[in-house]
Amino acid sequence: MNFEEHAAKPLLEAAGIAVPYKSILAHTPEQAEKAAKEIGLCVVKAQAPTGKRSKAGGIISVEQPFEAREAAEKILGMEIAGHVVESVLVDFQEVFEHEFYAAVLNDLASKGPMVMFSTEGGIDIEEVAEKAPNAIRQTKVDIRQGFARDDAREMLDGLDLGGMEDKISDVLVKLYAAYRQNDAELIEINPLVWSKGTGRFVALDCKFVMDDSGIKRREELAARGIPEKLTAMEARGEAAGIKYIELDGDVGVLANGAGLTMTTMDVVRHHGGKPANFCEIGGEAYTKAQTALELVLGKPGIKSLVVNFCGAFARCEVMMDGLLNAWEELSPDVPVFFSIAGTGDQQAIQMLKDRLGLDPTPDMDAACRTAVEAANDGEAT
Amino acid sequence: MRIVRRKHRVLVQGITGKQGTFWTERMQEYGTNVIGGVNPKKAGTEHCGLPVFASAREAMGEAKDERGFDASVLFIPPLGVKDAALDAIDAGAKNLCILTEHIPIQDVMHVVAAAKEAGTHITGPNTAGSVTVGECFLGFMPAFNERIFKAGRVGVISRSGSLGTLMCQNIVTAGFGQSAFIGIGGDPVIGTTTRDALETLDADDVTDAVVIVGEIGGDMEETAAEYAAGMDKPVIAFIAGGASPPGKKMGHAGAIVMGRRGTYQSKKEALEEAGATVLATPSDVGDALKERLGR
Repeated sequence: MNFEEHAAKPLLEAAGIAVPYKSILAHTPEQAEKAAKEIGLCVVKAQAPTGKRSKAGGIISVEQPFEAREAAEKILGMEIAGHVVESVLVDFQEVFEHEFYAAVLNDLASKGPMVMFSTEGGIDIEEVAEKAPNAIRQTKVDIRQGFARDDAREMLDGLDLGGMEDKISDVLVKLYAAYRQNDAELIEINPLVWSKGTGRFVALDCKFVMDDSGIKRREELAARGIPEKLTAMEARGEAAGIKYIELDGDVGVLANGAGLTMTTMDVVRHHGGKPANFCEIGGEAYTKAQTALELVLGKPGIKSLVVNFCGAFARCEVMMDGLLNAWEELSPDVPVFFSIAGTGDQQAIQMLKDRLGLDPTPDMDAACRTAVEAANDGEAT
Repeated sequence: MRIVRRKHRVLVQGITGKQGTFWTERMQEYGTNVIGGVNPKKAGTEHCGLPVFASAREAMGEAKDERGFDASVLFIPPLGVKDAALDAIDAGAKNLCILTEHIPIQDVMHVVAAAKEAGTHITGPNTAGSVTVGECFLGFMPAFNERIFKAGRVGVISRSGSLGTLMCQNIVTAGFGQSAFIGIGGDPVIGTTTRDALETLDADDVTDAVVIVGEIGGDMEETAAEYAAGMDKPVIAFIAGGASPPGKKMGHAGAIVMGRRGTYQSKKEALEEAGATVLATPSDVGDALKERLGR
């Protein structure tokens, strides 16, 4: 789950890392002007969960309140990397000497957290990695031991930091704590700046991505994140506990398990068809075939349907019963092709014969191929 | 990693739940040597004809000898897995099979680090389990279904339970059988990687060929390809998700397409360069086995 800057910065503050001394979220140009009056010299920043805001012209420094209004007029409604900007953060303009970079993230290769620091901040870390790899330090952490001041000092050893090592170590230790306390996948400060006037390091921006599997134990925090953008039907799926993604084809796909469902889409495409959706009822959702079928058939323009059940944990006879219940209720006029294997397959095949008078195809390839043919026949007529 | 055999003593943590009960019975019927279960609230009672312990440590016993257990299967909800797994690792379990999906990643990291230090092999999380055909199975695999599992000499490694099951059925339909099925799990951080499982099957005497069922996201297939390049046994692979739109989460958190590594194309190329056969669809596995094994 992504968070916008205004929702991410308070996490740093809570961990003891300084942020600009005053920030106000504004939804209209008028609110931005009023905020600037209160704050003085400020930066008007587009709120969108992407790192491309500056390049897109979504960050503007201003001196006068009327300029803040004008900046907000420009930024609000802007589309940045697919996100429409609905608010701006009016942030106090810190005076600073140098920009650094700091982050803690899940390192999948080492199966543990990784702390990163760079003496070059304010630009994409990927760019730094390319141009000045020596400016970057990274340390793998044993999550059981944690990350202490000594670890930070060791990591920074050899970098020219002008006597700031202790202060930066302090920020890194606090950032690691914020990572742990919030089930972060990534928490990043870019830039982290040295404010000479106030004698402290200040986080001018913060990017925070939360582990979706952590939401259940941090619901209050998750409520401040940006929910995934869903179509109306995808939202219906989510409410029912079913992963449903709308696509632009005409062959409906209903399967159990993410791997099997992706593969069903692959094979539909392999035979020249276009999947209309991704819809899977794996794991605990295998009892929800009825709702799943309603979703898949609810999308306009479906010309045929592949049902691919391969029972392991999910039992075929339970999925088949739910599906047939929905089928009998909706009595849809769509050709349907079944592939059935695994736990409970014989029972499911018998049910299909008894209640729909159909036999499954010999394998999944046949089910997908015939469904694609049926969809294309529909096209021709 | 290590293949679990019939001689190994297996504990079931979370044995009294609905799924724990159903699958413990299936495991017992198949021949898995289940010696007991864990549920702190029902310690001292019996379930599925087995003793219920308060903890894995209690099940292991103080002596940690042959009266204890070798492997544990966890039927535990996401937020309880960390404690349960650490209990089993502490007890001295040699194998852990973690079936649960949606465990916070930082919890998984903790468990994986503790297991590594203790020398415990973890498969999962988010796996359907493993099958040592004709001997035993762990988790919720349809091992007992003869159209899907038949004793043979093909080793199967899969990130997905349902797709792995389908692949096994295709292997049996084509006249082959399996030595072992290793469900490694669909999460971004897992204990046993594709490469770990590949090394185990390469060293396994009863395995002549390996089928890898991978998917887009992460770089486990690319890393496994580096090892496959030096193998004598044929490797056949199918990568799911070639038709998935990039950036969309397709249920498995691991299946997010990012950067150059992790895409369908990068996996296919890495595997083919290593001499593996990459299948267009799972139905092609029989022909590929016939060709690569010369039968």
